[in-house]
Amino acid sequence: MEVDVRAGLQKLAARLGGEGATLTEAQRLSGGASMETWAFGFEGRDGPERLILRRRATAFDEETARSVSLATEAALIRATGANGARVPTVRHLCDAEDGLGEAYVMVRVDGETLGRKITSDARFDGVRPALARQCGESLVAIHKTTPPPGLKLKAVNGSEELDRYEEVYRATGAQRPILELAFQYLRRHVPDPVEPVLLHGDFRNGNIMFDPEKGVAAILDWELAHLGDPAEDMGWICTNSWRFGRPDRPVGGFGEYADLLAGYASAGGLDIDLPRVRFWQMLGSLRWGVMCLTMYLSWRDGVTKSVERPMIGRRVSETEADLVVLLEEGL
Amino acid sequence: MISHPRTEELAESVRLWIDEIRPTLDPRNAFLARVAANAMATIARELTLGPAADAEAVARMSDVLGHGGTYDELNTELCARIRSGELTTESPGLMLALQVMAKNQLAIDQPSYKPEGSL
Repeated sequence: MEVDVRAGLQKLAARLGGEGATLTEAQRLSGGASMETWAFGFEGRDGPERLILRRRATAFDEETARSVSLATEAALIRATGANGARVPTVRHLCDAEDGLGEAYVMVRVDGETLGRKITSDARFDGVRPALARQCGESLVAIHKTTPPPGLKLKAVNGSEELDRYEEVYRATGAQRPILELAFQYLRRHVPDPVEPVLLHGDFRNGNIMFDPEKGVAAILDWELAHLGDPAEDMGWICTNSWRFGRPDRPVGGFGEYADLLAGYASAGGLDIDLPRVRFWQMLGSLRWGVMCLTMYLSWRDGVTKSVERPMIGRRVSETEADLVVLLEEGL
Repeated sequence: MISHPRTEELAESVRLWIDEIRPTLDPRNAFLARVAANAMATIARELTLGPAADAEAVARMSDVLGHGGTYDELNTELCARIRSGELTTESPGLMLALQVMAKNQLAIDQPSYKPEGSL
């Protein structure tokens, strides 16, 4: 069923801003085929509001999906925010009355999310040296949050994650020696399990809103939240695929390992050593490589016909080039 | 193979045409056209650089495995022996072979990507 989002936003304006509140803007920002982001605003009873609507445009089954429902996302943003994490304020969780399907509304946060701007734009030169430490601090507030009861969150550890991605890799039928070696190496270096904590699950440059003056403004894109090893979130932001042309700065292309770890420790996080982070970083490269293979397969098998998909398959070699260096260096 | 034009020149001519019409397209198609132009560039690089990269991969894999064979035969055996644990990061020649193969493949697929370390 096609949903008229603009009409839905007008209704929302009246519901949130009071009778007579009128929409002053409504613009679709981005998002893939399954998730939509809209910027909208209205003049309400208590003055102007600038908001973001995040809504799912396709059917979703929380039992089988890798990602969480938008209701779960909103609940986690609220819970981590209450625990001091830098996240947007959830303004409203949509229900049947809104007619927008699965969706929620956040207060708009100003800043930059484009990874390459954070790593290379002169506007961020001043704040850039502080960002890795801030990322470490920010993670503690997330990892120390007790998830609200009743949420369906999956728990994963290092060896289960390797099992899962090796199964996916085998199913593709591809034969890539470097990916094979990475699976074998990582299996021999799985860190000792730790008590699982709440993870953001996609904590990387590109999913964090940065302010050129203050640094971390808001942590976004919570759909892959789950329970697991805190070093998983730290390793993913160090994976070279998200350093946007600055491999010399291991944390997100903007900072150093030592600052990430120091920020994490200073905010009261568990004592985490670098090899544990590097395990997850390397698994991050491997995981992204396998995901690139599956995106090619979705084209080969006719699931999607966009030229984008086979070309993403040619990005596996990026992860192989990263992995071969990590394998040589060790954790 | 004929040389007037060479196959990579055909690919290059298509890439240039896509770049020419890109500004006339709507945002979604302009994005996909850029991807298509990149695909043509990859095809041209594979035609130019692929034969030498394949030959070098065959030579390096043969060194590691101790015998010759086609690319596919050697690649399949290399994967199997890594998977079984027989070949590891410590095995003589393996890391050097994989480094060379990764570097050559990246030069075809994503020459502007800046990988970890100093590969």
